[in-house]
Amino acid sequence: MSAGAKKRIMKEYTECMNDPPTGMKINFNEQNMTKWEVLVDGPEQSIYAGGHFKLEINFPNEYPFKPPVVSFKTKIYHPNVSNDDKGSMCLGLLRADEWKPPNKVVAVLRLIQTLLIEPNQDDAIEPSIANEYKENRKEFEKNAKDWVKRYAK
Amino acid sequence: MDSEDDFNSSQMSEDDFAQDSDVEIDEGKDAESARSSSCDASDTWTVDSDFDDDVGFESQDKDIKPNKHAYEVDFNVFEPSQIQASQHKQIAEVSSILVQPPEATAILLRHMRWNKERLIDQYMEKPEETLESAGLGQDAATNPPKITKIQGFCCDICCEDGPELDTFAMRCGHRFCVDCYRQYLYTKIKDEGEAARIRCPGDKCNRVVDSKSLDLLVGDDLHDRYQELLTRTYVDDKEKLRWCPAPNCVYAVECAVKDRELPRVVPTVHCDCGHYFCFGCSLNDHQPAPCSLVKRWLKKCEDDSETANWISANTKECPKCHSTIEKNGGCNHMTCRKCRNEFCWMCMGLWSEHGTSWYNCNRFEEKSGSEARDAQAKSRQSLERYLHYYNRYANHEQSAKLDKDIYLKTEKKMQQLQSSTGMSWIEVQYLDTASHALQQCRQTLKWTYAFAYYLARNNLTEIFEDNQKDLEMAVENLSEMFEKPIDQLQGLKVDMMDKTAYCNKRRIILLNDTAENLKQGNWEFNVALS
Ligand SMILES: [Zn+2]
Ligand SMILES: [Zn+2]
Ligand SMILES: [Zn+2]
Ligand SMILES: [Zn+2]
Ligand SMILES: [Zn+2]
Ligand SMILES: [Zn+2]
Repeated sequence: MSAGAKKRIMKEYTECMNDPPTGMKINFNEQNMTKWEVLVDGPEQSIYAGGHFKLEINFPNEYPFKPPVVSFKTKIYHPNVSNDDKGSMCLGLLRADEWKPPNKVVAVLRLIQTLLIEPNQDDAIEPSIANEYKENRKEFEKNAKDWVKRYAK
Repeated sequence: MDSEDDFNSSQMSEDDFAQDSDVEIDEGKDAESARSSSCDASDTWTVDSDFDDDVGFESQDKDIKPNKHAYEVDFNVFEPSQIQASQHKQIAEVSSILVQPPEATAILLRHMRWNKERLIDQYMEKPEETLESAGLGQDAATNPPKITKIQGFCCDICCEDGPELDTFAMRCGHRFCVDCYRQYLYTKIKDEGEAARIRCPGDKCNRVVDSKSLDLLVGDDLHDRYQELLTRTYVDDKEKLRWCPAPNCVYAVECAVKDRELPRVVPTVHCDCGHYFCFGCSLNDHQPAPCSLVKRWLKKCEDDSETANWISANTKECPKCHSTIEKNGGCNHMTCRKCRNEFCWMCMGLWSEHGTSWYNCNRFEEKSGSEARDAQAKSRQSLERYLHYYNRYANHEQSAKLDKDIYLKTEKKMQQLQSSTGMSWIEVQYLDTASHALQQCRQTLKWTYAFAYYLARNNLTEIFEDNQKDLEMAVENLSEMFEKPIDQLQGLKVDMMDKTAYCNKRRIILLNDTAENLKQGNWEFNVALS
């Protein structure tokens, strides 16, 4: 990774510290600055309230010319998070064709927060969960809360 | 012209089976062969009437192909240098009309996705606006893109600042340091394969980076890649051009068949690399089935095939929403997972009408139940119908693979035989020809079943099924021969060549018939052709 990229990540981290996104805690290791661990509280107004989710943000070597890669380390029942051991996300800003180099990680964190409050049903990575969200909201909420209890306490 | 020669010579080698048999018959070397291959009613009919007469010797123009079959379409195969040449030709042409230098014309054409007519119209109407939108406006002429140093600038990508920093912005004003701008373009071109329509790196900005700016920022090392990508976009932008989908193939095929014509024609083209594909949808050759039926069929197979067998034995449909319900316990009180409808597994009647005493299921004659049972029977029937066609479709796909396996084994043995007996390559060529014909005929047969699945029943359908049956028999007869012991094969050469010719002939008859009727809109389908 170039010195420029490191400088940029460092700057982004400082900005995050000065104005931390609500309900998030970033674990930053200067030795390995391309991998951030973020602890996210389920937003109060969402069905994930009370849950604590561990995310990993990986910065590719080409950062910021390529988007960071986000994965949920805590299992979550959500249409936009892959329901496997990767817990990957791939929508909006996180896609290579959407991401622009001036975009910042903090925008990604905000996107995640928004998605926890309101999933994006049109760009789902898990079609069956998206379908349930659309057609059977009660069942979806029950399952999501169930998972919070099981995995995210 | 180079292209024609290339095309034709390769065509010749691909279709050599027809030529081979032609040569044999014409020379009268083999009376047996001549007799039996014309034993069918259509005496005047020759398998090899299509390509071979004009294999680049007499006529240089494929468009004047007198004996073209109804199922064939005209097409040209281009190699990369020819595509480049054709770009240049068009640029030169438009350049003289617009009275603009070729570089600017190229930018304009790319900007308009190579739609010449639209560009010329638009330019004639409002030249300034057209130039402007392609990043070539007055302003661009007097004020070409340039690299500048700006006081108090801080790059939003790398966070560098300082008065000595070189910066760049297009007319949208999204300014970044030159290193970052360059890096951005490198990533797009090298890693993401974009060229003609790279957007400004500015957040949410959709302005396309024009090629003047690109020239200014991108070094020579990326130039080749960039040109290659421009050619790629050229082909992608042209409705008449398509890349051959075969892996690693660099050719593009030109064909005049338009999307809206696809319900009436199945445009199979043949790339110089040997690959047969559909110009309409880029899938492997799927004649006689039109693209939209193919798409529908593949979707259906994907949805149904794996589970179809199991489904027919172990599941029923919810009488309300028709989603499939699996019974996994002994209880007959079913709740549909999808619509929450509660019904009885035995009689399909509403559960509510059963009260609590379902044990005898005495509501058998109940209306809700009998209607549902009718619906169920209907849907079973339609499943069985589907399976009928699917099994045959899948069988030919599978058999084509087995045929190929056997052939490859045979070929190997033949090679051993060749080296031990000193037979020449030409003498075993008929095996290759036969195998090639088998593959092609099975491919056709496979798709006749998907085609038939969507056909309504009428006289035409019966004729189709007869043709299908004839081809199927011819194919099975030829296929059988490959199972003969290797030492007998040489003695069966004549027979095998006859059977090969016959297969090819039956295939052409079937394809001609379907193509004619498709062109004239005679087929009656049980779904709409989109
Ligand atoms: Zn910069
Ligand atoms: Zn811009
Ligand atoms: Zn090819
Ligand atoms: Zn097609
Ligand atoms: Zn239902
Ligand atoms: Zn019942």
